[in-house]
Amino acid sequence: MSTHGLPEPYGRPAPPPPPPERPAAAGRERVHYLNVSYGVRSWLLTTDHKRIALLYLASITVMFAIGGVFATLIRLELITPAGDMVQSETYNKLFTMHGVVMVFFFLIPSIPATLGNFLIPIMIGAKDLAFPRINLLSWYVYVLGALFTLYAMVTGGVDTGWTFYVPYSTHYSNTNVIATGLGIFITGFSSILTGLNFIVTIHKMRAPGLSWWRLPLFVWSHYATSLIMILGTPVIAVTILMVALERGLHLGIFDPALGGDPILFQHLFWFYSHPAVYIMILPAMGVISELVQAMSRKRVFGYSFVAISSLAIAMLGFLVWGHHMFVSGQSVYAGLVFSGLSYLVAIPSAIKVFNWTATLYKGSVTFDTPMLYAIGFLGLFTIGGLTGLFLAALGLDVHITDTYFVVAHFHYIMVGGAIMGYLGGIHFWWPKISGRMYPEGWGRVAAIIIFVGFNLTFFPQFILGYLGMPRRYHYYPEEFQVLNVMSSAGASILAVGYLLPMIYLAWSMRYGRRAGPNPWNARGLEWEIESPPPTENFLVQPVVSDKTYEYGAEEAAKIV
Amino acid sequence: MSSLSETAPAAAHHPALRHHFESMEGQKEASTFGMWVFIAQEILFFGGMLLAYTIYRYLYYDAFAAGSHHLDVALGTINTAVLICSSLTMALGVHAAALGRRRATALFLVLTILLGSVFLGIKVVEYADKFHHHLVPGPYYDAEVLRGADGKALPPEVALHSQIYFALYFSLTGLHALHMIIGIPIIAVMAWLARRGRFSPEYYTPVEITGLYWHFVDIVWIFLFPLLYLIPHHG
Repeated sequence: MSTHGLPEPYGRPAPPPPPPERPAAAGRERVHYLNVSYGVRSWLLTTDHKRIALLYLASITVMFAIGGVFATLIRLELITPAGDMVQSETYNKLFTMHGVVMVFFFLIPSIPATLGNFLIPIMIGAKDLAFPRINLLSWYVYVLGALFTLYAMVTGGVDTGWTFYVPYSTHYSNTNVIATGLGIFITGFSSILTGLNFIVTIHKMRAPGLSWWRLPLFVWSHYATSLIMILGTPVIAVTILMVALERGLHLGIFDPALGGDPILFQHLFWFYSHPAVYIMILPAMGVISELVQAMSRKRVFGYSFVAISSLAIAMLGFLVWGHHMFVSGQSVYAGLVFSGLSYLVAIPSAIKVFNWTATLYKGSVTFDTPMLYAIGFLGLFTIGGLTGLFLAALGLDVHITDTYFVVAHFHYIMVGGAIMGYLGGIHFWWPKISGRMYPEGWGRVAAIIIFVGFNLTFFPQFILGYLGMPRRYHYYPEEFQVLNVMSSAGASILAVGYLLPMIYLAWSMRYGRRAGPNPWNARGLEWEIESPPPTENFLVQPVVSDKTYEYGAEEAAKIV
Repeated sequence: MSSLSETAPAAAHHPALRHHFESMEGQKEASTFGMWVFIAQEILFFGGMLLAYTIYRYLYYDAFAAGSHHLDVALGTINTAVLICSSLTMALGVHAAALGRRRATALFLVLTILLGSVFLGIKVVEYADKFHHHLVPGPYYDAEVLRGADGKALPPEVALHSQIYFALYFSLTGLHALHMIIGIPIIAVMAWLARRGRFSPEYYTPVEITGLYWHFVDIVWIFLFPLLYLIPHHG
């Protein structure tokens, strides 16, 4: 595109010129979902999926910032080997609250509740989700859970780790376990309601002609995610309930003194919390599928394999929880089976990575900001996934259990994977959401800063973990200091990278160039309507007659 | 295909048709399907506790049998019958709503509420008995009143483990009762709306999905009754 001043011999055809600043005929701006009504009530009582997506976007950004403050404090403490900034108890609370906020209040709702909420109805040609009022309810439930948790944090915090392992959480911790647990319990229902809404919407609201094999891959991955939300979240809910009952009333279910089994808690916890990882990564995979096809102007290679691999990941994800418990004393035979099943997850994940790479092959690839995030995702997710195989190996896991190797691994998946996908998606659909383009130059700078900062933060942690530095301690032997300082330096770079998009995206809402309906010249129903879309999305019911991602003969000729 | 507003004049929209649905049938299908998905979620919710039940019953069968032996099978059986009857009146209520019979719908729904309340009342009597005999888990738990299969007091090990039985008894029946306590006001609202003529043969989806929920809650009890009350009776 000429806008960023780079020569583009293979670039996408120039998009249709954006509409003039003021349509001459109307004299006032076209009515869309953002300007159809004003005032606090029109937002807090809205049932428009697009507005609810923005409500979620604002609230998860606040939670991300809070979780980020905790992360900053952790990295500050770890600059020196001595525990000199905070006390051990405070440090325990810091990493617990970082985990709780980031996992339950940012990562799990991140892509589904914002981009999913905004895009799924549009991508399938519907006017809204099947249950708009339940959609709004889910946001209120989320906010209630978040307030509950923040209240628990302000009034003393919680120090059990985000995993709430018994018997520490039920018998020994003196912190706000029950209140935090209730906050997570409440927020779980917001996740269940979102998943329920998506499943029903995708089944029942598709436009005429939009068969399952024509669905965008973003929708497929959200369908798989929703299945996990529906089938996994209630289990963590009832588990937290049992922890609260155990702590409050001493039921004995998890208490060895009464014949209860603490390991049962770990089984129940990871039955949800391992699939929860796929709640975080599957939507990001859906985003990457969309970015890769649009930015290389090719139908995704092996579309049906990518679609089915989402379902396979969702299904296999329920069968691997025991790999978190290799050293907990579970039977070695169970360990063997869980190890084998964990390896199986690599198959659909690798299918996706190979197919995205094959999509790039001989495509007309452009390197706009969303593509930079997509390519970053490919590399970081691959590293995160392969180190996951280290952890799934029974023998090796004994050595690296509960070390920084684990911390680095899951941050490569959750931050390097899920957040890269989230930011890439936000940039890609920002013109659709806001009607304005973000500044491309700044976008690229931020993407590169995030990539560099991320690797500098977390790659040293692989080495630290392999050398034996355990997680969750705030002091460490002096020989680990260099790597820890590198990690903290990377974290400060990463923080700059995260602040930049917040600033320029906010700026672009008012001052960005007008986007027009299809600034990427991409395929998909969302690009056939105005930016920002009207409240009802489609003025005329769309009928789908093509395969998805059909770039036509013009592109095909160029590719050959 | 033309837009909604253009197709409208031919057949006037039902007032209950929400803007994003094409037809009443589509809307009903979506709502019913949504309730089924919700029920799937509920199964997993109870599933966590039922897993704990399965494991501990396998490990501590004697303690579970002794605890179960203390429960009043007669009251449990009456409650099961009461709940099955409430499912019948609920089904009749949905049927009446489908036929557009307002008064009958409201009547059957009120009967369902009454039967549900009878169930909860009997449950209160049973809970009171457990409180009376110190069978509520916690610091005051005391297995003195329990008897083993031989009619004697329980050995200390079994007495200790019997607390887990009652922990699961209260958790499972409590969670089930909570679902009923949530269901009853919803049915009351449905009865009130039915009486006011809100439903018709074209639109009675809320009654129908309330019925689905109520049947699910009943079925949970159909599982809980033998699991909790009939342990010593199975062989």
